[in-house]
Amino acid sequence: MDFSLFVVQLLNGLQLGILLFLLASGLTLTFGIMDFVNLAHGSFYMVGAFICATLTFATGSFIWGVLLAIPLVAVVGLATEWIVIRNLYPRDHLDHVLATFGLILVFDTLVQIVWGPAGIVVPLPAWLDGQVTLPGDIVFPTFRLMIICAGLLIAGGLYYLVNHTRLGMLIRAGASNRTMVGALGIDIKTLFSGVFALGAVLAGIAGMLISPITEASIGMGNEIIITAFVVIIIGGIGSMKGAFAAALLIGLIDTMGRSFLDDIFKIVMSSEAAETAAPAISAMLIYILMAVILAVRPQGLFPPKVR
Amino acid sequence: MKLMNSRAAIFAVAGLAMTTSGAVAADTVKIGFVTTLTTPAAVIGKDMQDAANLAMAHIGGKMGGKKVDLIFEDDGFRPEGGKQKTDKLVKQDDVDFVTGFIWSHVLLASRKSVLDAGKFLISANAGPSPVAGKLCHKNFFSTSWQNDQTPMAMGEVLNQKGVKSLYIMAPNYAAGKNMVAGVKRTFKGKILGVDFTKWGKDAQLDFSAELAKAKASGAEGIWVFYPGKAGGAFIKQYQQAGLQGKIPLYTSFTVDAIALPKLQKANLSGVLGSENTQQWSPDMDNAANKKFVGDFKKKHGRYPSFYAAQAYDAIMLIKSAVDAVKGDTKNMDGMRAAMKSANYASVRGKYTYGNNHMPIQNFYLRKVVKDVDGNWTTKITKTVYTNHQDVYAKDCKM
Repeated sequence: MDFSLFVVQLLNGLQLGILLFLLASGLTLTFGIMDFVNLAHGSFYMVGAFICATLTFATGSFIWGVLLAIPLVAVVGLATEWIVIRNLYPRDHLDHVLATFGLILVFDTLVQIVWGPAGIVVPLPAWLDGQVTLPGDIVFPTFRLMIICAGLLIAGGLYYLVNHTRLGMLIRAGASNRTMVGALGIDIKTLFSGVFALGAVLAGIAGMLISPITEASIGMGNEIIITAFVVIIIGGIGSMKGAFAAALLIGLIDTMGRSFLDDIFKIVMSSEAAETAAPAISAMLIYILMAVILAVRPQGLFPPKVR
Repeated sequence: MKLMNSRAAIFAVAGLAMTTSGAVAADTVKIGFVTTLTTPAAVIGKDMQDAANLAMAHIGGKMGGKKVDLIFEDDGFRPEGGKQKTDKLVKQDDVDFVTGFIWSHVLLASRKSVLDAGKFLISANAGPSPVAGKLCHKNFFSTSWQNDQTPMAMGEVLNQKGVKSLYIMAPNYAAGKNMVAGVKRTFKGKILGVDFTKWGKDAQLDFSAELAKAKASGAEGIWVFYPGKAGGAFIKQYQQAGLQGKIPLYTSFTVDAIALPKLQKANLSGVLGSENTQQWSPDMDNAANKKFVGDFKKKHGRYPSFYAAQAYDAIMLIKSAVDAVKGDTKNMDGMRAAMKSANYASVRGKYTYGNNHMPIQNFYLRKVVKDVDGNWTTKITKTVYTNHQDVYAKDCKM
């Protein structure tokens, strides 16, 4: 195993972690603050990708596509909260799960009606489509590096928002004691709408950023939302810091597992057996981690202070 | 005596039930078509559905003088989903033929339901090794290939090109394993690494880690099998990782008429000139193929994929069987003999059936080119295998 491959895989893991964080942060906000289980969170990831894809072709620029798609995803998030989610807050978690599972089907079908079943390949501008050479002769795709930078900026912005603004104070207060925040005269409904839309936008951005790598396709959110749930369970439900740490941890573990597990297995077994066992085990790694965390520290790595 | 009477009564009722269902079945030929119509893989299912419907239009909706009832079912890209729909087709709809089947694991899960009920099973795509070998069956036919064959042809091409070392990537399921076995069987150089990636509804589509490994391995070529949307995703990331021009990409079932229009729209021109192997190509020069490709393009404004070509052939193969017995779908032996002779105008040209009812056919090298209208498509550049039979045929005791 050479050093530059290891660094490239670290960066790949970081990039996957950043995407997971964008998804999981919204999930942990709605779950932690509003006590709302949103299985359809991945749908915003998909909707973001499709809107961005269409706008990229309309404007001829991926950057414009992203910038214009963000407010549109916010509108979709707000509309969903108004029409469906709002009515579900007083219900219990099982009702949330049922209703948002239904929402997944509605979103998937709507996307199929609007955009067709084929999915859209999103082109990148030439300056993003190449590679950069980092110190140590490490060649890395420019766009993936941009995802890391953009994700870190957004994470920094969220950190500032949650810890140093009045809105952030309300969000933290809401995570600690919802009823008390309402009793102090804060318009909890508006706060919830805002938080929900913020979560939708974060998920949407993740979808927009992944679409030039894979593509915008139906059900893409359902594939990744399970992992996002694992992230918030490991990180501690409701904790932004936890979501960040757990997302990076899972991104790294998943990537490293895919990268080096077969080489490690080949030390102790035949290469045929390693080829078969490695993908099975590496797909399980994050769930093994979750099981360990649940056993040792059921509240997660960084649970919110007061619950 | 009393026992005898009640038993006789049951037989009578059962017999009556059989004759009534027989009577209904007698004036129509029923064909069940299991494919994927939801999930992103629906784009493949849609292509097959369009082709099967086109075949129906070409034959005027009739086989052996009888009306044909073609019933489409969605497997949801899941083996259990496919089995459930197959059971429904066999038991509830009482179809005479079940065809379709994109995915090897879906076919393996569903085959028993059809064959145990004494119906014909025609695979229009999936060709897992068991159905060609140990699990071969007199009522099973394929209008596609055995999974190993197409990558075997690719391995042969790599030898001819003098490629010395190869890095291999494929999805982790029945067909992926077969494909890798196929390319390994014929490729004579060194294999520097094999990655099986997660497949199914939550398939892995980001290949960053695997591409980095492939690059670090120093292989002279990368061979992949990524059908459906994973193919487009892979090719993009291959380009983004800067491997193009450094490590040539060879594919099987990855660059096809499903992926190319999307790649063209995003202008990923790196795919032009890339080569893959297949038993069929839209540019094949025979009357049946010209009619199929021409009418398909006219109706849908795009090239049909190999999935579509095989689905079209499946309907035509069934028609040849029903025509041979003049619509008497009770005559299984007659229909089987007719299908075994492959006596119909296949869009790939003439082929024959082996003892295991898998096609013995040519495999070609296809190159991605621009057609006269500027659309990206594939063109045959040479014949790799002539009348090639799969290696599992010898395990079939039939």
